[in-house]
Amino acid sequence: MSKQRDYENIPGTYVYDAERGRIGYALNMFCMSLNKAENRDSFRDNEAAYLDRFPVTTEQRRTVLARDWLGMLRVGGNIYYTIKIAFCDGLTFQDVAGKMSGMSKEAYAQMMLAGGRSPDGNRYLDPTATETPHG
Amino acid sequence: MARIVAGIATSHVPAIGVAMDKGTSSNPYWQPLFEGYKPAQKWLAELAPDVAIIVYNDHASAFSLALIPTFLIGVAAKFPIADEGFGPRPVPAVIGHPELAWHLAESLILDEFDMTIANEMPVDHGLTVPLTVTCGAPAAWPFPVIPLCVNVVQYPPPTGARCYKLGQAIRRAIDAFDEDLRVVIYGTGGMSHQLQGERAGLINRQFDTAFLDGLTKDPVALTKITHTEYMREAGSEGVEMVMWHVMRGALDDQVTEVYRHYHVPASNTAAGLILLENRSPA
Repeated sequence: MSKQRDYENIPGTYVYDAERGRIGYALNMFCMSLNKAENRDSFRDNEAAYLDRFPVTTEQRRTVLARDWLGMLRVGGNIYYTIKIAFCDGLTFQDVAGKMSGMSKEAYAQMMLAGGRSPDGNRYLDPTATETPHG
Repeated sequence: MARIVAGIATSHVPAIGVAMDKGTSSNPYWQPLFEGYKPAQKWLAELAPDVAIIVYNDHASAFSLALIPTFLIGVAAKFPIADEGFGPRPVPAVIGHPELAWHLAESLILDEFDMTIANEMPVDHGLTVPLTVTCGAPAAWPFPVIPLCVNVVQYPPPTGARCYKLGQAIRRAIDAFDEDLRVVIYGTGGMSHQLQGERAGLINRQFDTAFLDGLTKDPVALTKITHTEYMREAGSEGVEMVMWHVMRGALDDQVTEVYRHYHVPASNTAAGLILLENRSPA
């Protein structure tokens, strides 16, 4: 990218910006196709053959077939799109969120019931950066 | 003359729609959330608006990355329910208000807001969950709806300040419409939540509470929150709260908070709802 973005120091966050929009287009458009029931059936029948219809990269293809949810984000996946693969699998947003954050389904659900992940200590990649809570 | 009588802001978490559609809204997980919606439903039924403008974002349903309108208005007579990847929600189709919608489109564009105009589009949970939250599960929605979409999926969304100004322009357009219509406007999305990455599940009650307070006390100050601050403080998807500014901008400077409801969690999200009435005689 042409310049440093001030959101890049937010930890564990993949902002779907121009750079990701550029590299992720084909992957996300594959996901978009899963809005149609007949395409969902085709994908379930033969995932690899279905993916051949889209100009995705080798790594994008791998992340889809492996259900590597974090990996998809790293190669330009947008969560509103990649979640459609999870819907095909009968998974929920919370299932996938737990997997991305490396927690068991139970631990993640419990964290949410207890009020969610705290922003404290999760605002900056660099832990020495100044914490500036919103008033 | 048409006039805006009230504003509603609410989260539009898809799981809330699923809970209603699958009949699980009274189970122990969902009951506290849905219980808190009852006063809003009663209030809205008594208010009985003639038409609603619902400001929301499409989630890869009507629009893909092939075409990304920053601001869009739906002028159709009817909007079907979208299949978002798990079949359409079993809710009534949304009836539009083409006459007012076209008036809004013309007025906004001539007022320097370059709206995209949609004659055909399905609507997704971003629009139907707010209807569920405020109207329950009727056989038909109780009023026509004008969908107004804001891009928040591809960075950058429009700024909060721009959204607020769009709301002000909507207000001017409504005030200039000849028919005697009572209009409510919804701002939807939020509150704090992050659906992606290792930081998924982030919730910031302090931020959300200050935001709810600020809507009445000092909405202009809220419009200065940057996208990065939303994402850092309220989660990457918390930036959806820019859409609440459209609603707020369309109201009087002075409003009365009628009711609020805040509950964690609704799946991955802090679900917030607030009802605001104009202080000028309605």
